[in-house]
Amino acid sequence: MSEEATFEKVKSIVVEQLGVDEKEVKMDAAYIDDLGADSLDIVELIMAFEEEFNIEIPDDVAEKIKTVKDTVEYIEKEKKA
Amino acid sequence: MEKRVVITGLGVVSPVGIGKDSFWDALLAGKNGIGPITHFDASEYAARIAGEVKDFDISSFGIDRKEARHMDVSTQYAVAAAKLALDDSKINLDEEDRDRIGTVVGTGIGGMETLHNLYKGLFEKGPSRVNPFVVPKMIGNMASGQVSIVFGLKGHCASVVTACATGTNSIGDACRMIQRGELDAAVAGGTEAAVSPGAVAGFAAMKALSTRNDDPAHASRPFDKDRDGFVMGEGAGIVVLEELEHAKKRGAHIYCEVAGYGSNADAYHITAPAPEGIQQAKCMKLAIDDAGLKPEDVDYVNAHGTSTHLNDLNESKAVARVFGDHAKELLVSSTKSMTGHLLGAAGAVEAIACAMTIETGKVHPTINLEEPEDELKEIGLNYVPGQAVAADVKVAISNSFGFGGHNATLLFKKYEA
Repeated sequence: MSEEATFEKVKSIVVEQLGVDEKEVKMDAAYIDDLGADSLDIVELIMAFEEEFNIEIPDDVAEKIKTVKDTVEYIEKEKKA
Repeated sequence: MEKRVVITGLGVVSPVGIGKDSFWDALLAGKNGIGPITHFDASEYAARIAGEVKDFDISSFGIDRKEARHMDVSTQYAVAAAKLALDDSKINLDEEDRDRIGTVVGTGIGGMETLHNLYKGLFEKGPSRVNPFVVPKMIGNMASGQVSIVFGLKGHCASVVTACATGTNSIGDACRMIQRGELDAAVAGGTEAAVSPGAVAGFAAMKALSTRNDDPAHASRPFDKDRDGFVMGEGAGIVVLEELEHAKKRGAHIYCEVAGYGSNADAYHITAPAPEGIQQAKCMKLAIDDAGLKPEDVDYVNAHGTSTHLNDLNESKAVARVFGDHAKELLVSSTKSMTGHLLGAAGAVEAIACAMTIETGKVHPTINLEEPEDELKEIGLNYVPGQAVAADVKVAISNSFGFGGHNATLLFKKYEA
């Protein structure tokens, strides 16, 4: 899967879970500051990413994932590992 | 002096209609709301029928997709009914002191669908896959919590849990706070969405549910000799309660006064009502005394009328005990004959039926009552079988009785200055 495809999948999860317009979900968008997420939303998002991409995101990594870009980069790195 | 409390807004989500007018028109027409269960595959279940809410879309009540995902269905029904009630009351919340508007919305069972999905996921995928929203969706106070959040109501906010008496106790307890001067107004009622595998199986295991699966339209038949249990229903009923002077000052439409409230316990058995309805009779008397009235002043009884053998018999005996010779003059009907039993929402939905009775001068029928059982015939109450009747009802009472031995009665009175 290309980085572009990963981004599209992340975007569709974010749109579904946060109820935001897909135009708002840009690479540099921050979940809390730009997309209106709260701490519970973040937990739910991380779980959805883990399920969709079949990866484990440890808590210490999850705490550092603030933006869509952080997410896509971590998923890409895990896929190559 | 104790303040007077009036009802100024009605909101209902029910198996026979959404909104007070479609609900009331359906009840007067004797419309059946019971059908085969569609919320899940019930083919293996002893009871496969229920009164389900049809064509419900929470987005049409101003709740966006994200908010809706964080609400159990029971909470969605409550929020929708609260919006209908607040809109109906025409109250402008921006002109009110929000700290003096309370929320008392209960549920008999809680977020049943959320609980079901929680354990399904937990057993299939393990504890690390449990969604962070399951607890705030499931807990039984969240209907009150979400109604207060969505509408910005910042006064007393709590939930009463008294099984099938929840809706009645919620309205009664909210009235008490307004009477004491602690609130100007309250959004009060009950909600339930328990047409869900665990609840249907559990009630069926108690042999409490009708198994007339091949004839759902005639399954809920309170007082009839062939009744075989209650039929599960779902939905929500919410009323806007207001201190009388507060309502008058803003020119609100007043449906009726909530003039009396009685509440007590059987202290007898977890599910069976105490024999002869002695405590239920005392409960009705408490409400009548609270209003400063006499039993002869009551025109209409909206019965708990569940369509179970024990409830209908004991309640009728209780009515006979309270009203004596006047019992045969009363009109007595069961909303559940059409909606099924909405459990924690039942009392609130039936309070709305009482308000509409007083408002319109019409009493809805008990449907499916072809022939009362012999013991009920001897008592001789008028259950308003089949057809609605016109009646200038000035005083109505509504009974609710819950597992645990909870009894609650509200008394509604035509408003007179």
